[in-house]
Parts: sequence; C-alpha cells; structure tokens
Amino acid sequence: MRTSLFSRVVLGLVTLGTLLFLYTPLWVVARLSFTKAKSVSWPARGWTLEWWREAWRTDGPRDALVNSLQVALAATAIALVLGTLAAFAMQRFTFFGRSSISFLWVLPIALPGIVTGIALQNTFSRTIDLWLFEFRVGFGFHSLVIAHATFCVVVAYNNVIARLRRSSPNLLEASADLGAHGTQTFRYVTFPLVRSALVAGGILAFALSFDEIVVTTFTSGSGFLTLPQWIYANFARPKSPAVVNVVATVVMVVSIPVAWLAQRLSDGGGEA
Amino acid sequence: MALLASLSIVAAACGDDEKDTSSSAAAQTTVAAAVEETTAETEETTADTVAPTDTTAGETDYMWTPNAGVLAGAEGQVNIVAWPGYIEDGSTAPESDWVTPFESITSCEVNVKLGATSDEMVQLMQSGEYDGVSASGDATNRLMAGGEIVALDLADFTSYADVFEGLKNKVWNSLDGEPMGIPHGRGANVLVYNTEAFPDGLDSWSAMWDGGTAADGVVSVYDSPIYIADAAVWLMATQPDLGITNPYSLDQTQFDAAIALLEGQKALAGQYWSDYTVQAGSLVDGTVLAGTTWQVVANFAASEGAKIETTKPKEGATGWSDTWMLSSQASNPNCMKLWMDWISSPLANAQATEYFGEAPSNSKSCALTADPDHCTKFHAENESYWEDVWYWTTATEECIDGRTDATCVPYTEWVNAWSSLRA
Amino acid sequence: MGECVELAPGLNPPNVAGEAFGPPQPVRVLNRLFRRRRRLALASVLSPPVFWMLFVYLGSLLLLVASAFFALDPDSQKPTTTFTTDNITDALTDSSAIRLFAQTVLIATIVTVTCVLIALPTAFFIAKIAPRWVRRGLMVSILLPLWAGYMVKTYAWRAMVSPAGGNQFAAAGRGGGGFLESVLGWTPGFSKTSVVIALVYLWLPFMVLPIYAGLERLPSSLLDAAGDLGAKPIRTFSSVIVPLLLPSIAAGSIFTFSLSLGDYILLRLVVDGKERVMFGELINSTLGAPNQPLAAAYTVWPLVMIILYLFAMKRAGAFDNL
Repeated sequence: MRTSLFSRVVLGLVTLGTLLFLYTPLWVVARLSFTKAKSVSWPARGWTLEWWREAWRTDGPRDALVNSLQVALAATAIALVLGTLAAFAMQRFTFFGRSSISFLWVLPIALPGIVTGIALQNTFSRTIDLWLFEFRVGFGFHSLVIAHATFCVVVAYNNVIARLRRSSPNLLEASADLGAHGTQTFRYVTFPLVRSALVAGGILAFALSFDEIVVTTFTSGSGFLTLPQWIYANFARPKSPAVVNVVATVVMVVSIPVAWLAQRLSDGGGEA
Repeated sequence: MALLASLSIVAAACGDDEKDTSSSAAAQTTVAAAVEETTAETEETTADTVAPTDTTAGETDYMWTPNAGVLAGAEGQVNIVAWPGYIEDGSTAPESDWVTPFESITSCEVNVKLGATSDEMVQLMQSGEYDGVSASGDATNRLMAGGEIVALDLADFTSYADVFEGLKNKVWNSLDGEPMGIPHGRGANVLVYNTEAFPDGLDSWSAMWDGGTAADGVVSVYDSPIYIADAAVWLMATQPDLGITNPYSLDQTQFDAAIALLEGQKALAGQYWSDYTVQAGSLVDGTVLAGTTWQVVANFAASEGAKIETTKPKEGATGWSDTWMLSSQASNPNCMKLWMDWISSPLANAQATEYFGEAPSNSKSCALTADPDHCTKFHAENESYWEDVWYWTTATEECIDGRTDATCVPYTEWVNAWSSLRA
Repeated sequence: MGECVELAPGLNPPNVAGEAFGPPQPVRVLNRLFRRRRRLALASVLSPPVFWMLFVYLGSLLLLVASAFFALDPDSQKPTTTFTTDNITDALTDSSAIRLFAQTVLIATIVTVTCVLIALPTAFFIAKIAPRWVRRGLMVSILLPLWAGYMVKTYAWRAMVSPAGGNQFAAAGRGGGGFLESVLGWTPGFSKTSVVIALVYLWLPFMVLPIYAGLERLPSSLLDAAGDLGAKPIRTFSSVIVPLLLPSIAAGSIFTFSLSLGDYILLRLVVDGKERVMFGELINSTLGAPNQPLAAAYTVWPLVMIILYLFAMKRAGAFDNL
C-alpha cells in the first residue's frame, strides 16, 4: 500500500504521542522515587536515595514480592498444564459442544474481577459436604493459586492454540509414518513445536498473576500480602508513598528484559 | 507473692471506684483524682515488684505481667482487624511502637488488617479469618448477634481490673452482664478546619450543613452509613421539634429528615472519605478546608504541615467507645488474649491512645502519657464532656431511647439509604 | 495422537529386538490405549481443564447467584437460610443502581472506542510503516507499561491529575497539585474525565496487541491490490483493513470493555470518593455493608452484560484472535 509522506508523518506522530502518553506517568513515578520531599506531589524536589534505602530496609515490600513470585510461579505452572491440555483438545479433536467450551476459558478473564473475586470467595469460605468427607478450601497461599490459575489458563490456551493452528498437522503424520509412538511423537515433534508458545504464554500468565489485585483481595488469607496488595495498602500511608514509588520503579525496570523476551518469543513463533 | 501484693492494692483501688460509680459526675471526678493518687503509689510498688522479673522488655518497664497460662499457650502469631493507628509497630513513626515489645515478650507475631469503617470490620470478622478486632459500638452489637465473638473469662486478663469502671459492662460491650471484650479508648468525631480559611476558628458544625463559608464545596464527610447519626445530631440542635433524643434512635420521620439534610450537604461536600490517609493528604494539600475526622488523622496531617485545628462543636458530636474482642473462630486465641491484655495495660494503653488522640481506658495510663495533660485534653476523667458525645451504636427497630410507641429505622435501612444517597 | 498410520497390525517395531528397544512398557501400554480409543484420549486430555473450569469457576458463579436468594438477618447482618427474591428484585429494579450501571457501560464503551481510535493508527504505523528493525522495539515499548502493574499506574495517575489546593490553604511546599497541574496549569482533577483517561491508559496495550497481530497477518499484497484497483489509502483503510481487523478489534475490546466495567479500585485513587462513578463500587460497598446476598444480586448485572458481550464478540470472530 502506498502511503503518502504526509500520512506517514501523521501516523508517526500519533505513535509518538501514544508512547509519550504511556510513559509520562511512569516517568513521574520513577522521578518521585528520588524526591527529597516526603510528599508525592509534583514537582519533585532534589535527588536522594533515601527512599531506596528505606525500601531495602523495610520487610513489607520484600515479603510481598516473595509472596507474589511464589503465587505467580505456582499459578503459571498450573495454568500452563491446563491451558495446553485444553488447546490440544480443542485443536486436535472435534466433539459435541466444542464451540461452547471455548467460552469457558475466556470467562474468568472476561468477567469483571470483582465478580470472579466474590464468587470464589463465596465458594472458598464454605464447607463443602461430599458424602464421604467434607472440606473447606479456606484462604491462604493455596486459595490465591487456585484463583490466579483460573484466569491464567486462557493466556496459556491462546498461545498454544495459536501455535498449533499455525503448525502443519503433516508433521505429526510424518512422525507416525516414521514409526514413532504417540508419546515419542509428543516428545520429539509436538513439544518442541509448542515450546516457545509455552514460554511466551507462561511469561504472560506470570505477568497477569503478578499484577493482579482485585481477585487477589477477595481470595487471599490474612497476613499474606502480594506486592500489588502491599502497594494498595500502603500507597498513602506516611513514609510509604515514596517507598511505593521505589517499588514501582524497580518492577518497571526489571520487567524490561522480560517483556522483550516475551515479545521475541511470540514473534519468533510467528515467523515459523 | 509480690504479684499478689500488687493485685490486692489494685483491687482495693478499684473497690473504691465501684462504690461511687452511681454518683454524679462531680463525685466521679473526685474519685478519679483519688484513683490517680493511689495509682501513683501502686505504680511505684508494681514497678519495684515487677521490674526485676520483667527483663525481656528491655529498658522500658511496661508494667505488664501476662497471665502465665495464656502465655504458655501462645500460638506464635495473631491476626487482628483494627482501626488505623491502633496497632503501630514503628513503621509509621519510629517512636510509636507498642508492637515490638509485645512480640518480644509473647513471641506472638502481629499481623494487622486495617478496617476503614465498622461495616468493613463486621464483614472481615464474618469471614472467620481473624483472631480479634477493635470494634466500635456500632460493630459490637452485630458481632455479638452473629456469634462472631466470644465472652471473656476475666481470669485470663491482668489489665482488665484497671480499666475505668465507667467503660465496663456497657450495652455495647457486654451481653447479659458478661463482658464481651476489653474497652480500649474512647473519642469524639471532631470537626477539623483549615486555620487560613477560618482564622477566627470554628465552634459549630454549621460550615458542614448550612454552608456559606470558605469551605463550600470542599468539606470532607465520613463515608459510612453511621454518618446519618451526625446529621441527626445537627437536627437535635437545630430542629428540636423533631423530637430526636438519641441520634441512633430515629423513627421514619426523623430519619427522612436526616436523609434530606444529607442530600443538601452534597453540594457542600468535596470528599467522602474512608481511607484516613486520603483525607489527611487533602488536608495537607488544602483541597479540603473542613470536615469530620479523628484526632489521629488531624495529628498526622499536622505533622505533614497542614494548617489545621480541631474542635468538638457546641452541638455535640458522635463518637466511639472501642472494645477489643475475641473471635469465636480464632485460630490463635491465646495470642489474641495476650494482645488484648497488653493493649489495655497501663503503658501500652497510654502510648496507643495518646498516639491516636483519644482518652485511654486504663485508669493508670493517665500518669504515663508523654504529655502530662493528655487525659485532661481528652477528658478521660471528665464525664460531663461525654454527655453530648453519642458513641457509635447499631440502630435497631426497637428504639434505643426507650420509646415504645414508635418503630425506629434499623441499621440495614441506614445502609440502603446511604447507598442510594451516594449513588 | 491423531491419525496414526499403522504399518500393519502387530508389526510395530518395539518387540523385535526385545525390551531394551523403544519406550518403556507402561508407556507402550498407554500408547496402545490411546491409539485405539480416541475418545479416551480426548477425555483424558480435556477433562482436567474442563473439570477445573466447571467446578471451580462455573460452580462458584452459580453458587454466587444462588446466594442472592437468601435473606439477610438484620441483627447480625449474616445470610440466613430463608429463601427470598427480594434481593434480586431490589438489584434489578433499583433506579439508582440502574442509572449507575448505565453510566458504567457508557464509560466502558467510551474507553473502548478511545482505545480503538488510538490503537489503530499506532498499530498500523508499527506494523506497516515502521522499518522492520524498529518494529520489535516499538512493540516492546507499547507492552512494557503492562508490566508496570495496575496499582502502580493507577497511583501514577493520581499523581498526574491531583488538583491544586488553594495555595494559601496548603502546607508549605504542598498543594501544587499533580503533574498536569504544575506543567500545564490545568488538570481534569478528580472527575469522570480522569477516570476515562486513566482507564484508557491502563488498557491501551491490550487493544494494541491484537490489532498489531491482526495487521501483521494482513498480507501487504492485499493492500497493494486495493491500491492497484484505484482505491485511495483512506478507502483502502475503511473498506479493506478495518473489516479484516474487526475480529482483532473485537478481541481487544473484550479486555478494554470488561476490565473497565468492573473496575472500582481506580476510583478510590482518582475520584476521591465524591460520587460513585462505577458499578463495581456499588457491589464492593454492598459487600462491605455487609450484605453479601444483595451484593451477589447486583453482580447479575455485569454477569449478564459480559456474557451477552462475549456472544457478540464471538460472532465477530474475536475468539480466533485472542
């Protein structure tokens, strides 16, 4: 398509504007993490590392960070397994009700977090009576993992099914022709094919879980704070606003290489 | 032996109180003064007897000896729902820390869940995930009705005896004569105003209801259905023909009048706050020039440079009398009991209530506050101050003021009305 | 898995050279099992995720809606076992709730449309105009803010739009307002406008990503062909590109619409609690009243809305483009 120079420039400016729009608030937060003033209004005054030292010293954000990492890792693992299974089932088989089931995967992420959160909280707080035994899920690390895994499944599912759609079924037939069994085919042909989709999906699912706040609020136990929860609880408490800025800046900086990797993997698969 | 000695002295002091509880306010003040004198003596005796054994607290003697049986059963951690500012571990202000000593004495790690309103606290306690709560009077009744909390065995608590008699066995903290919790401090919801906007000061709530001042459009209102009672307090002073005698005891006509008043207030309101830090920030930034607040919020804002003053207006105010309560589903009941006992002990109670800006519940705390006038400022022993302070209570269909010829509006209706108002 | 071509029954390699050759016995058993019984294979692959979703998730949703049919005990404010339709009736007929929901849908729609309007040209530029080597960098830049986290960005917007207090009323050095106020001298303040801007800000990357993916899949030859047939770029854009992108746009809108519909945390930071702006706040405050059954009744509104929306988006082909 031939586009005029004018439209190129305009579109370029729009893109630039978008990037500016996206990054200014983040930069404000980063700049404020160095401010000498205790408050977090603009303009930031002076430069100091005091808040960084404070953040390092305080247990709160560190513990919250560890909690977030643990939950995200566990939830991602479960989501990957479930999502991959689902993707394979949807792609490789035809069965009654297939199109309705595709609904199921999207629902947890499409429904507002507060609805998902309240629903899960309601379930977890009840004692479920199966005639052999009764149990209560309760709240804590496990309830968070269950909740997060539920809405992360779709992310893994999407990535894997997209890859499966792009890959030729001939490869699997060829493998069978060459005498490989089901599991051998899986191990030597199918798995390498979807591996990068798994990693990309895993990274995205991890990000989703790491950042989630609404469902987390409803399904966490007492004393167990994830990083977003910590930020929410502390964003305006004395001293903490500046520490929150530090925490936020660290998260942003650390995520640069990860985001790059995720994008590269999704792209790389596309070129295949 | 020493323990018995100190306990008997304390019991003697309390015995004096009991005889005089039924007398007038003046007499109570004399009694309070007498208590203070005996407290001074008791203090020295307990200090002598307790200090040598209480080495784990470090340099400060907290004058607290936990019940040995309860201490032996300490679980290692406790999860408490509390008002912001009640449980400070030094992270807000390094000198305000009454959690670390507790943790070192009892090895109970304290996890706090802040509640912004009583409603939130009731909901949190219903989940059964917490060991206890610092409940105001409008939460306690609901918690008691729902079985969320249990009655206390006073033998587990060594600090209860020192609590002001005037706070014990009240409607909001006892059931059938049994204590359902240990009183914490009490305070009034005060009026805060910006001194630049009101250089002559304020002594009335009218800036928040009538308007016509510099604060129009920028007043800060507490975002909870219980605030309807504040409207009722204003009506008590300005529309006496409505016949309101208790702001929690409103029949339909009186209730409708309060709601109408609140609708009118919307034009004056700039903020409905539940997160105290948001209100404090606005006070500092000058985007809120008057409002209802707690002393702790005003103190915090002032420490950040806000130009504000607080006052209890002449029309009276709503207030609260808080009680520490133990959950019926507590997984760490012993640690919770230890906390309740601790926070009611003389020095800890003094620190906590001085930080928050409220009157302490332990009669010995008045001698221990950093500001010697704290108890005077907060009227800990001045009952007349509390005569026009209406402690948060749950409104019920049965009128609290005792009327039998009318049905009052229950709290669930307050919630609905508030929800519609705010929509 | 799939159509395995068998050489001949019984002539499969493993047994020829003995046990050491080929996969271990249990695996062989499994292989045989699954090869013959496709249904079993399907069932075992499909059942864990379906089981999870059905019981954990759908079950919870149904339980939630069911809980709305119970009355609340006025003294303890806990749900009882008394059946009642009052909650549902209240939730569906209360005029202020309806108004609030309508306002929320409107805001979510505005946010979605704004996101599309920003994402389309941006994604087009990146996918079709920007040189290849810069493409990945640009996409990473667009997606990076996603990683910063919801709380961080919401809080950042508070710092951006805070209005200035009257300067003589503010503490020393304070009251200057947020970034916009100091830099532009104007700010939308704590208002619905700020809510919309902040929501657009939060969800924009979610819209850019599927549109970009969709554009990438669009062969340039198609666009050249349109040009060859005499279409001006604008015409190509509206008649060729946008219709082809509809599924991607639909996919992106699922995120922007539903995430906006249910939000309530952002509001606490960006609207300062003056008025209730979004339906999520109503659900949350009802839950905190505490009145769980009524809150559950209120959730029926967004539940039905999103399900309908998903059906519509499915027809638009969004599900193949997530």
